[in-house]
This record gives sequence, structure tokens and C-alpha cells, in this order.
Amino acid sequence: MTAVDTGQPPVATPTSWTARLRDRISHIVPPGQALPDRQPAYMSSWIYVFGVLTLAALFVVIATGALLALGGVTWWHVSSLGRFVNSLHLWSVELFFAFMVVHLWGMFWMAAWRGNRALTWMTGVVAFLGSIGTAFTGYLSQANFASQWISTQAKDGLNSVGIGAFFNVLNPAQMLLWHVMLLPLVLGVIVVLHVVLVRRHGIVPPVDAHEETAS
Amino acid sequence: MMTSIAPRRATRAARDGTPDSHGFATRPYDLVKEFVVALIVVTLLTVGLAAAFSSPDEKAVTMRDWASAAPNDVVATAAGELAGTTKSAGFGPPYNTAANGGSLGPLKLQKWAGVTIPLDSAQDLVLTPLAGVTDNSKLTDALAAWQSAAADQQTQWATDYSDALAKAPDGDPAGVATGDYGPVPAIAAGFLTFAQTGGLEGALTSSGNFYGGDQTKSLLLLADGAYLEDQARARNLGGDQWGMTNETGNYPGQPWMWLYTFWYQVPPFSTSDNADALVWGLMMLLTLGLVLVPFIPGLRSIPRWIPVHRLIWRDYYREHPRR
Repeated sequence: MTAVDTGQPPVATPTSWTARLRDRISHIVPPGQALPDRQPAYMSSWIYVFGVLTLAALFVVIATGALLALGGVTWWHVSSLGRFVNSLHLWSVELFFAFMVVHLWGMFWMAAWRGNRALTWMTGVVAFLGSIGTAFTGYLSQANFASQWISTQAKDGLNSVGIGAFFNVLNPAQMLLWHVMLLPLVLGVIVVLHVVLVRRHGIVPPVDAHEETAS
Repeated sequence: MMTSIAPRRATRAARDGTPDSHGFATRPYDLVKEFVVALIVVTLLTVGLAAAFSSPDEKAVTMRDWASAAPNDVVATAAGELAGTTKSAGFGPPYNTAANGGSLGPLKLQKWAGVTIPLDSAQDLVLTPLAGVTDNSKLTDALAAWQSAAADQQTQWATDYSDALAKAPDGDPAGVATGDYGPVPAIAAGFLTFAQTGGLEGALTSSGNFYGGDQTKSLLLLADGAYLEDQARARNLGGDQWGMTNETGNYPGQPWMWLYTFWYQVPPFSTSDNADALVWGLMMLLTLGLVLVPFIPGLRSIPRWIPVHRLIWRDYYREHPRR
């Protein structure tokens, strides 16, 4: 037996996995909140720009990293085009961190964890830490003097707390895979979670603000 | 244009008294346009900075470079590896059991992690690479003499030669005082010759694997010498030069590491043999604090005590004076 299309929206069985997943998703970010075309009027400051700038810079970091990956580890040492792509990757990372740090400080001074937004803050901080780890493995993957020096210095700190036993900074093949695969994957998931939480809870109201009467 | 609209759903204040953001007046805001403009701006900024400043790329130091620029350092390092006095030889886990390594109070994390990358500095960094050299009979004889000697004798020869090198002018092997160093001078000289030919890197990294992607041995050997650090310090990359935040050439480097590297500049960390573990422990604690700021009384109130938010939301506060 097949369902007849009556022109009405399909009504899934409430117990079906599909319906449950749909309900779950719609509860995480209710319809209209994912991409609203209006925002609270108090959202009027340049500080808000740095969140989206960080996200935009992350896109550029990933895109330039993907371009760099096309030629492989040693390409950029012997090709002027490769060197330029490496420069794009480096500067996008510098911009990414600059925007992210301003965003982080901004959110701190706004006490942006208020109103059940603690997890949003925590995912943001974890994303910051994950970014530091990703940048660090990038430095180790450069295959140049900086990689030699940074890796031989970093091993002391990482080994002193036992991390080096499993995360060998002197093995560039391992570091490269962490840099281009594992850490970006984890960071990507955290960033998506962070953005979803921002959309779920909306923009934090000003400190001591009171709800306004709807008219 | 600002308007007041009816909330889309029933609003409720959070436990901390913060009202629901949907209970406030709204204005049109194009998120997608904002993102696209941001993406274009960041892309243009990136291209401009890359075109104007390029990126640093100082060639990696090769063993041949090292042997050419600082031959005495290569000889001293080889002798040190045989004597077991180099940094890698006395490191402890994950390379060997020569030391316990760093600890956080009773937590001997380095020791507990175990020897996962076993390394015998004398054997793996000097003797095994040299075993493949076949056109140097003096070296072959020296290696045979070394292998047939007792362990105590080996250590005595190598330690005496290391000490003699340290006392010689500029560490020059030619200026070493006469003594009983057994085959060590010949092994160290053969090691230098092998490095000068460019064969040492391959012998260290291949380890029977054609692809040899793991540079652990060659990097440990390089770091056991003084040359790599001398080069780094000349570029202000030393640990006590805020090196972690610096980069080769005139580039921004990693300024986001400022706090981590800061601790290495001040006591007790700057004078402690256990500084690495202590700084890591402190940074893990501070990081945990940053993650948990929303739950830490006092810390979470700082933004209320230092009202930077009055500046950020100045438009709102102007229109909504405190009741």
C-alpha cells in the first residue's frame, strides 16, 4: 500500500525515527531562528562584526589550505606560485586569530554566557584552543628551519606531561595528518556547534536589560 | 529602521535573570549579506597581505650544513651520544628510562606515559648509521674495537673524550690533550665525515623503511648539538627570548602564545628544571578556568565590575536609562 498525495503536508508517525530527528532538530534551532532577517535592536556595535569575520577567515584558511594541499608538502619551497599560496594561508591564519581574539574579549566583556549561554561560551573557548593546536601542527608541517626548531622545543613541554608519548611532534608525517585531517575535522564540528548555539539562544541582551513590552 | 514586534514565542528569563532575546525590539539585519561582505573583505585583506609581505621560509638545516658550519659541534655531539651525556640520552620517557622527566607534584605524567618511542642514543644516532659506511677502514676498525669493549670501558673512553673536547680550544679535536680515548676519536671523526658527505640524514631517517617520514632520530640528534640552538637564538627564537611567539624573519609569528611563553620568562619557572611540566600544568589550569568562566563566582562578575559593556551597548543604554 502506498500513501496517496492529497496535497497536504505529510504527517509522519510520531514514533518514526525521521519524525523524532526532525522534532529534535527543530527544537535545537526553531524555524526562523537559524537565519532570521531581523535582530534585536541592541545589536548595534562593531564588536559583533568580529564573530562573522572570524568565521569568514576560517573559510579562507580552509580554502587556502586546500590549495596548498594540492601541491604537497614541498611544493611551496620550490614554486613561486606555491609560495604565494603559502603566504595566503599564513596571512589568513593571522587574520583568523586576530579576529577571534577580539571576538573572545568582546564576548567576555559582554558576559555573553548569561541567559543559558554557558555552552556557547565553552564551545567558543574550545574552538580557540583547537585553533591553536591546528596552527601549531601547521608550523610543524612546514618542512623548514622553523619546523625543526619549534618541534625540538615543543617536545620538551609535551613530553613533560606525557602527551609526547602519543603525539610525536618530531614526526612530521604524523603532524601533517593531524593538521590537515584530524584537527580541522574536530574544529569544524566545534565551530558548527558554536554557531548553532548562537542561533539557538539568540544574541545576549545587554547587562541589566529588561524585556521590552511588545506592541 | 527599528520596530517593536511581538515575540515569536513565549519569552522567559534565564535563572541568572537575563531576559530572552526575543522579548526585545528588533530591526532588519541581513546575516547572509554580512557574511558575504566579510568573506570578500577577508579574502582581499589576505591577498593584499600575502602579495605585500609573502611568508617566511628558511631552509631546514641539513646534517651537511651542520658539519660544514660547526664540525667541532658535530664531533662533540657524537662523543656525547657515545658517553650518554646528551639531552636525548638522559631525557627519559618516551625515549628511554634514563630519567623520570617532568612531574606535577606527585603526578609523574612523563614517566607514567612510558617509553613509547624507544631510543638508544649511542646506538641509534651514531653507531647504527655508521655501520653502513664501508669505505673507511679506520672507522670500521674503530667500530669493531668499540663493540668488543665492555660497557664500562666504552663509557669511560667516551666521557674522557667528551671532557677533553670541552677543554680543547674551540672544541677542536686537533687540540685535544693526549689520553686514552680508545676508538672514540676515530668514530667521532668518521661520524663527521659521514655527515659531510650528506649520507647521515638518510641513514637516520630510513630505518629500513623506504619512505622514512619520521624525523624523530635526526631531529633529536640535531637538537643534541649546539648549532641548531645557536641559529635559533640568532633569530630571537630562544625560549627566554619569547621565542614561542616569534617567527623567522620579520613576521607576526604566534602572538596568541604570549601567555604560555610568558611563564618561561619569570621565576620560579625560568629557574626550574621542571619548568616544562609546571608551565603546562599552570596553563591547563588557566585554560580550564577560561572554559568555566560562566560558573566561577567572582570571575564571571568582572564584566559587571569593569563596565566595558556600557561602551559596547552605549546606544541601548542611552535609549534605556537605568531605572
